[in-house]
Amino acid sequence: MSVLLSAQDLRLAFGGVKAADGINLDVMEREFLAIIGPNGAGKTTFINMTTGHLTPQGGSIRYEGKELLGMKPRAIVRLGIARSFQLPQLFTEHTVLENAAMAVAAREGAFSAFRPLLRPAFREEAEDLLNRFGLLPAADRRADALNEGTRKLTDIAMAVAMKPKLLLMDEPTSGVAAADKMAVVETLARVLRDAGVTAVFVEHDMDVVGRIADRVAVWGQGRIAALGPPGQILNDPVVQREVIGIRAGEVPHAAA
Amino acid sequence: MGRDGYTLARGGGAMMAWLSDNGLLLGLAVLDGLASAASIFMVAVGLNLVFGVLRILNVAHGSLYAIGAYTAASITLFLTSHGLPAWLSFPALVVAAALVGVILGPLIERVLLKRVEKQEPVLQLLVTFALFMILEDVQKLIWGVQPVSNDTPMRLLGTIDVPFGADVIPFTAYQLFVLPGIALFTLVGLAWFMRRTLTGRVIVAVTTDREAATSQGIDSAKITMLTFTFGAMLAALGGALASPMSSMVPGVGASTIVLSFAVVATAGLGQVEGAAIAAVMIGLGRSIAVYLEPELEVVVPYLIMVLVLLVRPQGLFGVTETRRI
Amino acid sequence: MNARLEILAGILGAAVLVLLAYAAPWLRFVLTIALAKGITVLGILLLLRAGQVSFGHAMYVAIAAYSVAFIAPHMREALLLLPLAAVISAAAGLLIGLFVMRYREIFFGMLNLALSMVFYSLLEKLYTVTHGTDGIRLPVPTFLGRELAGASYEWAVFALALVLAACFAVVVRIYLAAPLGQALAGIKTREARLEFMGVPGRFVLLAAYVLSALMAGCGGTIIALTSRHVTPALAYWTASGELVFIAILGGAGSVLGAFLGAVVYELTRVYAAANLADAWQLILGSVLLLVILFAPGGLFGIAQGLLRRRKAA
Repeated sequence: MSVLLSAQDLRLAFGGVKAADGINLDVMEREFLAIIGPNGAGKTTFINMTTGHLTPQGGSIRYEGKELLGMKPRAIVRLGIARSFQLPQLFTEHTVLENAAMAVAAREGAFSAFRPLLRPAFREEAEDLLNRFGLLPAADRRADALNEGTRKLTDIAMAVAMKPKLLLMDEPTSGVAAADKMAVVETLARVLRDAGVTAVFVEHDMDVVGRIADRVAVWGQGRIAALGPPGQILNDPVVQREVIGIRAGEVPHAAA
Repeated sequence: MGRDGYTLARGGGAMMAWLSDNGLLLGLAVLDGLASAASIFMVAVGLNLVFGVLRILNVAHGSLYAIGAYTAASITLFLTSHGLPAWLSFPALVVAAALVGVILGPLIERVLLKRVEKQEPVLQLLVTFALFMILEDVQKLIWGVQPVSNDTPMRLLGTIDVPFGADVIPFTAYQLFVLPGIALFTLVGLAWFMRRTLTGRVIVAVTTDREAATSQGIDSAKITMLTFTFGAMLAALGGALASPMSSMVPGVGASTIVLSFAVVATAGLGQVEGAAIAAVMIGLGRSIAVYLEPELEVVVPYLIMVLVLLVRPQGLFGVTETRRI
Repeated sequence: MNARLEILAGILGAAVLVLLAYAAPWLRFVLTIALAKGITVLGILLLLRAGQVSFGHAMYVAIAAYSVAFIAPHMREALLLLPLAAVISAAAGLLIGLFVMRYREIFFGMLNLALSMVFYSLLEKLYTVTHGTDGIRLPVPTFLGRELAGASYEWAVFALALVLAACFAVVVRIYLAAPLGQALAGIKTREARLEFMGVPGRFVLLAAYVLSALMAGCGGTIIALTSRHVTPALAYWTASGELVFIAILGGAGSVLGAFLGAVVYELTRVYAAANLADAWQLILGSVLLLVILFAPGGLFGIAQGLLRRRKAA
């Protein structure tokens, strides 16, 4: 497996706070890499730097060998890096299908003024996409009339519509009802693996991490404190204490 | 003196010559400009106050200005035709403003604006535009289309000869002292009120963050009505104060509101002190244009507004509201 | 309302207008003006989709109208004047749009207002060029080289307006169904997402802005051709406000609404002005208030509601 994304010695400080203090990370192609860590450790900062919305003060990020620093966010998107958000960013006056079709149209660069958005080619692809995510039943519902799980999936579906090679997700399951969570996660993992997408996701729910991650990176104070397979990382007592919040001897309970 | 000093002296001399030739004009322009700045400030500051609590620009604010002027004229006419002393025309100005503000303010806010506060901003803005249209005709229906004048207060105070170097400019004491004086008093009073009194600070709280203020137990709805009424009174006072200087005709409301927009946009939305500075800029700019290049007089305020907005879209003193993703 | 019904309603509406113009010759002028304003309002609708209000679009109406006034003494062919003036307005829209695109909402509205007032002031004060408030009178233009007079001329302009209205109604409908038009609502609801998808919000808005300037230019040309007298009042801020008024009155969600609103507005204005000279603004203002308070979908929304109720019954 080759390295898809390589971050070297990333540094970024806001005032006195070191959001990135020498981040070194290689993301392998097709892997599912989970990023865990306490709030404020710099996880979202890392995503923002990779997508071009924050400029690090030092270090570099290479994607398929290309240097990402200094590139505009739109150019980075065109290279094949997509992102989903903690708070789903949907077009609230459009239906789920239209949201998906917009993403397809954007990818095709076919933002024309004449042929309809829901032309057969786009409609087909959008419906196929929604189907893969199990969202077809919600296709004609307006985006502001959905439950959180559906909104999250739609948001991610829109990112996947861009046919990215690398997908960065910020807390893909936060806000999703506990009963739906595993179903959402399984669907997500299946779709992404089928499409050969490399996924890097910030997650607080250790059950989710354990279920789908190939590797886990533990973030702490702008640095990567630990990196390894979930079996190893999640059972590490230091990680359990510092990140998960389990004291020695306690029975681990499902994170909220 | 070195070469530079010589150039300076020549330049200074040329300027003195120009000033003594045109100084009179410039002096007139400055005084005129300050007077008009004073009345436009009153409307603009009211508009800004209302924007602070309502988050929309009240297009009907100019109409309140006009109605204030008409009302002052009517009251004065009533007084003088009943043989009452002419000096009462001064308190009449304030009474007119108070009446208009207290009657129309709560009416507009409760009956109209409150009903649409949850709607899209475009619709809210259009409600005020519809109100503007209605009030324009109300003015015509009540006061007719013939010019209405109210020069009693101005005549009473007479003119003062203002020395300008060797010349003297006769200027009405009203324009020299009353107008700017009241505007200054309003500015200072408002600043003090917003900072030092409880009510003022509460208004600032609601302006800054309505939700936070409500969650702290502040009755935002009541504050909004109060502030709107106050803003309406200020607009009406501006009109009343300006009424002695020129006759009232239909259309004053329309020209006033668009001019106040220019002041408010230049100053920055919600800025009270900034409104004064922008009003002076625009007032002076306009009157200097009248004396130097009369054809440009009407353009100047909007030119200033465009230039400021292109460089600093939030206005000279405005704060950019953070965009929430 | 599905597409077929809309087309039917459009054809019906056009037929009604033609009938009215035939039966009541004095209405021809009013209806032509209404159509011109309706075309302009289509542009306002586009911008409203993106959540932006322009309180300065009368400027593009006036630019085209005055262009016609300046060119007509040298070249009187109406069917050439139209594209010329419309393109001039569109070009102005492009130039100004490039500046204005950086702004949103209130600042967008204010900047448009300011620019239109600068233009208005220049029109009013540069007497030697524009004849100030007296305005400029136009010679009678020719249609396809033919000199028309009286009723024939009126019918020619009316027909031109109707054809333009139909064309632009179709164009805007297609535009709004296409990605570029759909993205307008995206600007209102989630502009950041558009950027994330690689679609520049500024470009989307600029395209709509230039199209709206073009349509306003067509509207202004019709107004110049039919009234043959252009004055600075065409550019005053209240004229811009009137356009937004009509958009909401008719119903901001639909193309037909723009024309419905324009016709109702102009007819009411003419009748109210004729009978109650100082109350037409009162009447129209009150109507708008009632619409906003009780039927925010505008007149078209009311019509749709009635249709739905009839279907259900």
